[in-house]
Amino acid sequence: AMDTDLSSQDRKDLDKFIKFFALKTVQVIVQARLGEKICTRSSSSPTGSDWFNLAIKDIPEVTHEAKKALAGQLPAVGRSMCVEISLKTSEGDSMELEIWCLEMNEKCDKEIKVSYTVYNRLSLLLKSLLAITRVTPAYRLSRKQGHEYVILYRIYFGEVQLSGLGEGFQTVRVGTVGTPVGTITLSCAYRINLAFMSTRQFERTPPIMGIIIDHFVDRPYPSSSPMHPCNYRAGEDNGAVYPSVEDSQEVCTTSFSTSPPSQCVFTVTKAHFQTPPPVVTDTLKVPVMGLAFSHQLSSSRLSYQPAALGVGSADMGYPVLFAGGLNAAHPHQLIGPGKEGGVPSVPTQPAHGTQADQERMCTPLDGVHYSAATPSSSEDTETVSNSSEGKCGSPHDLLETIFIRKVGAFVNKPINQVTMANLDIPFAMFAPKNVELEDNDPMVNPPESPETESPLQGSLHSEGSSGSSTGNTHDDFVMIDFKPAFSKDDILPMDLGTFYREFQNPPQLSSLSIDIGAQSMAEDLDSLPEKLAVHEKNVKEFDAFVETLQ
Amino acid sequence: SCPLSTRCCAPSGAAPAMNCRAEVLEVSVEGRQVEEAMLAVLHTVLLHRSTGKFHYKKEGTYSIGTVGTQDVDCDFIDFAYVRVSSEELDRALRKAVGEFKDALRGSGSDGMGQISLEFYQKKKSRWPFSDECIPWELWTIKVNVVNLANEQERQICREKVGEKLCEKIINIVEVMNRHEYLPKMPTQSEVDNVFDTSLKDVQPYLYKISYQITDSLGTSVTTTMRRLIKDTLAL
Repeated sequence: AMDTDLSSQDRKDLDKFIKFFALKTVQVIVQARLGEKICTRSSSSPTGSDWFNLAIKDIPEVTHEAKKALAGQLPAVGRSMCVEISLKTSEGDSMELEIWCLEMNEKCDKEIKVSYTVYNRLSLLLKSLLAITRVTPAYRLSRKQGHEYVILYRIYFGEVQLSGLGEGFQTVRVGTVGTPVGTITLSCAYRINLAFMSTRQFERTPPIMGIIIDHFVDRPYPSSSPMHPCNYRAGEDNGAVYPSVEDSQEVCTTSFSTSPPSQCVFTVTKAHFQTPPPVVTDTLKVPVMGLAFSHQLSSSRLSYQPAALGVGSADMGYPVLFAGGLNAAHPHQLIGPGKEGGVPSVPTQPAHGTQADQERMCTPLDGVHYSAATPSSSEDTETVSNSSEGKCGSPHDLLETIFIRKVGAFVNKPINQVTMANLDIPFAMFAPKNVELEDNDPMVNPPESPETESPLQGSLHSEGSSGSSTGNTHDDFVMIDFKPAFSKDDILPMDLGTFYREFQNPPQLSSLSIDIGAQSMAEDLDSLPEKLAVHEKNVKEFDAFVETLQ
Repeated sequence: SCPLSTRCCAPSGAAPAMNCRAEVLEVSVEGRQVEEAMLAVLHTVLLHRSTGKFHYKKEGTYSIGTVGTQDVDCDFIDFAYVRVSSEELDRALRKAVGEFKDALRGSGSDGMGQISLEFYQKKKSRWPFSDECIPWELWTIKVNVVNLANEQERQICREKVGEKLCEKIINIVEVMNRHEYLPKMPTQSEVDNVFDTSLKDVQPYLYKISYQITDSLGTSVTTTMRRLIKDTLAL
């Protein structure tokens, strides 16, 4: 109905622009999640193949996927093109990070010139997309991908599905361009709470398909380098031949079948993780959920937090120990590393916890595992000794934490962080009994950022609210520590950056703490005169006693 | 937080025309972060305000060259941004930002200042009047330099400034998306009145960068105009 005002040439042009705009949008998004810096050259002479006057490379597989998803259609009202970016761990767990939506609404701008204004505005919109793809949280995650996780994409066409993004996701609008047939809008919805989803929420869907953008996959196209080099030269071949996108003879696939969202199988070779030595090093107990991480751009200091399960500690900051049962019956059981390449294995969640399961220490890794953080609703999740009480017997429940760090003898440590009974602290019984806020502990209460609230705090102070938000009990989570360059695990499997940050703010010695120290000292001093008086009173008795000894 | 504000009146020292839209951004950064933060903002703006080189052909048509882009990682801020692939443009911005940073560090400065990026059009006048420069968009970045006491604070600052810059980028993109006034595409004879055609690989709109340093009393003690484009016909 809108076509009456639009010449057929304009209409054809417009459709072409929209089509190639969609393809380029996908390229920009996917390339921005490759984990590498992108670099293309400017060229003063137009090459004729650079749509929208921007040098955006076309990765053939990506174009292929996009075309498959579009199946000859264009974004229209109710039919949006979506690029879903998700993260997949080496354990097989995955999580949606972002959905980029290219939508069309009905608001038309009849006056606008197609070949000129629309084209230029689409170009501007692509530039905005280049800029915005670097500022959402997934960018930084994608730059660090490779060992513990990879970033995947999936393209689908149809209705936008945002439910996989978790609660409280945010939206950023990249921009809009009005056209005579509708207004194109480009936006991104992104997850901000990177707490891992609970097993309940995570249905066992088939793994998210898409081409893995990581170093392990053999590239199906001629170039043998993992991903496109930064110095792509328009016009040079680089050994790799890319079919020209702007091929006027190119025919869109004319099949109008309602094809399912584009899926494509990939294989990942598992990286080999080193066996983490079962060193007792840390005391912080953080309930763990499969591979869990909580990361908000605003508090990347959460990298203090111990790492996740199921990932080789070689790459993580801390050894990952799984208490097979730090309960009374099995005080110091540790699940050693699993069989496969040394990755500590996570026992599969049994359908019903059996005693046998509890005894089982190692299970081979065979697919997707998650450990469910047991709904430790009313319990103090910090206390290791409670770990098995009230929870069902399956071992995965006890994949709460364990990160046992030897606490310094004289450290002013709040009791609820440390299980006195189990931990091997000298003079443990002199440790302060009062439950103090974990304010002094930088591990728990990382030095402030006044504005943002670390979700980690929410989950660690989880007495009573360990379920925290909304039936999502599994807001308890652990951080992945992103490994800085050149650091490696040695005796203390903790990377240098974390070590440095952690020990930058050591907890205060209790004797130096004015309150406690002074208090006990004061008490001591106060009680001295009394004691002396008592002794003096009884001096005759003491003398008599001494005589009996002689 | 630092909201993006649009003002009608110009900051002192600049006098934009009636239709000049003005955007103000504010950031608080550590001394060593000034350059990268400024470059991130300026490059992001210029990414949106640069086209490929025009090549005029017969009958008033023209073709447009291709603009390449590249990622830039910041060393002192947890942040990355995209800039136009043009070494000349990058050099010009670095020069201006370098001067601004030095001025901020210099005596008389309380660590507060602002740097402005102004897009203008030239309007030719008859002799004896010199050509006018008519601004149509003005971006001002207000900077507050903070001093931090220890490494831990610096680490936090790296992250926080990174987050703030993410917000600024989103703000800039919002403004760009409004599709407000842009100079008309010029004919060949007019192109130098609208675009800076001196670079060999890209073509930004004509722009000027200037800065001011505020002394502790809040008044401007130095107004420095720096012309980055050799513009013999300007004021």
